Amino acid sequence: MTASFIFLAVLTVAGTAAAMGLRNAVHCVLALTLGLTGIAMLYLQLDAQFVGFTQIMVYVGAVAILAVFVIMMTRNDKTMAPPALSYSGVTGGLIAAAVFAVLAWAICSSASRVQGQPAQPDVTVQQIGDALLHRYVLPLEIMGLLLTAALIGAVVIAMDREEEMK
Amino acid sequence: MTHLALLMQQLDQIFVLAAHWLLSYLPTALQPLGSAILSVTAIILVFATLFALVTWMERKGLGRMQNRYGPNRVGLWGIFQPIADGVKSLTKEDIVPFTADHAVHYMAPVLIVAASFLGYAVLPMGRNMVMVDLNAGVLFFFAVGSLMELAVFMAGWSSRSKYSLLGAMRAIAQMISYEVPLVLASIVVLMQAGSLSTVAIVNMQAVYSGIWPHWFVLTPWGFAGFVLFMIAATAESNRSPFDLPEGESEIVAGYFTEYSGFKFALFFLAEYIGMFATSGLAITLFLGGWSAPFSFLTWVPSYLWFFAKLLTLIAAFIWVRGTLPRLRMDQLMNLAWQFMLPMALLNLLTAGVWHLMPAGPLRWLVCSIMVVVPCILLGRGLKHKKKLQVRTYHFSQ
Repeated sequence: MTASFIFLAVLTVAGTAAAMGLRNAVHCVLALTLGLTGIAMLYLQLDAQFVGFTQIMVYVGAVAILAVFVIMMTRNDKTMAPPALSYSGVTGGLIAAAVFAVLAWAICSSASRVQGQPAQPDVTVQQIGDALLHRYVLPLEIMGLLLTAALIGAVVIAMDREEEMK
Repeated sequence: MTHLALLMQQLDQIFVLAAHWLLSYLPTALQPLGSAILSVTAIILVFATLFALVTWMERKGLGRMQNRYGPNRVGLWGIFQPIADGVKSLTKEDIVPFTADHAVHYMAPVLIVAASFLGYAVLPMGRNMVMVDLNAGVLFFFAVGSLMELAVFMAGWSSRSKYSLLGAMRAIAQMISYEVPLVLASIVVLMQAGSLSTVAIVNMQAVYSGIWPHWFVLTPWGFAGFVLFMIAATAESNRSPFDLPEGESEIVAGYFTEYSGFKFALFFLAEYIGMFATSGLAITLFLGGWSAPFSFLTWVPSYLWFFAKLLTLIAAFIWVRGTLPRLRMDQLMNLAWQFMLPMALLNLLTAGVWHLMPAGPLRWLVCSIMVVVPCILLGRGLKHKKKLQVRTYHFSQ
């Protein structure tokens, strides 16, 4: 529990809590981005450079921008809704406590806590690349297929309106 | 080693030696922190000064290209013009629109400047002169570049103004579209170098066969990659001819319309610093970083070569700005997705073929054909549907 871990943990929790608590939708997305950056820095603290920087590049650079574009395109002018009833607050609190209890039980009874800290593996990008192309090549190809389908779908959706206008 | 060679080597490492001497006054526990603070201070000072110099260069250069003098009042050849501009932007009133989102409006210029300066941490500016030698250096650079897009959105959204929002959406669409050819053009280098570390990439290029260096730009795929990278870098930093999002004659000033005074200067600074950082990455990936162009010139200190190459690329940026007209938004997007993306993918294929063929003139021929012929065919094919002729202007008499 080093000082940097505590700082990053507080940053992440505060960011994601603010993402749920703020009223303005764009503020929520920006707070979520802060929380995701905190997670990326936690990855970097664990010496996982590839995952950490990819987290920033994908989440902050693509997902957050997608979220703000969606909010911009679909917002109505009356965004300032009053806060919800306290009844759903209690239910939400109970569900959150239950989920936290399950996760805490799972982490506390997992192997890493019993054995203490394992030796930190020195994972280089080259090993990740090797693993992706040898052991995990099928998931890689399926992901590529999925992304291609999404890209084609986006182009078809964008193109459809032009055909109708003709 | 002769005295002269020893002297040149010490001159080459003078900043490293000076840093070590300064840090020796600190206790050992504080030395990493002190080294980080020293490097950050040096980078900020050097590149902010370079920014001031380049604004002067740009105004004089553009002026001469447009057949007029640039600034020539504020000192010999207008050399103190950047100081006058700085004083002006610091003393202007800071106007924030009444309905603007004050917190986000304040944070956007701060975030964009911070994100643009972060990229310099992985650029090797001289032998042993990189701030942080990350294992995934190039990936860090692109991750940091994507932070700038978020800051652009924050600026455009928080101003609550039509021009700002429109400019921000255009700017983000442009930056995202050109990020794809940018990254693909640099992947070619990563394939050949086998490492994401910028120091390793430069060290691979700092060897010579005869008098010729092993720079990646001197190969067919490297040259195509360099051209694609520079075009994408021009678009990423919203420079002319890709400056529709901030074109003064189109949408006032785009996403920083509602910023005045020092915040405007910060956006301006962030744009130029981002341009220098991307040029620095192009130099690292393609132009051999701090290595000399010929083997008999290696006695010149390495940081001088880096900054000479950087100034050459900046002069090329200014030259292009003064020469080409601005592209429309749809022309911009078509260029990115219909021309540059296929060219970047074909470049990847060419680099793979280069790597697998045995060394010799045959692979030069094959790879050159693989790069040049699709470029011409794609250009012809994309031009085919549009009936482009020479425009004749009829002015009223």
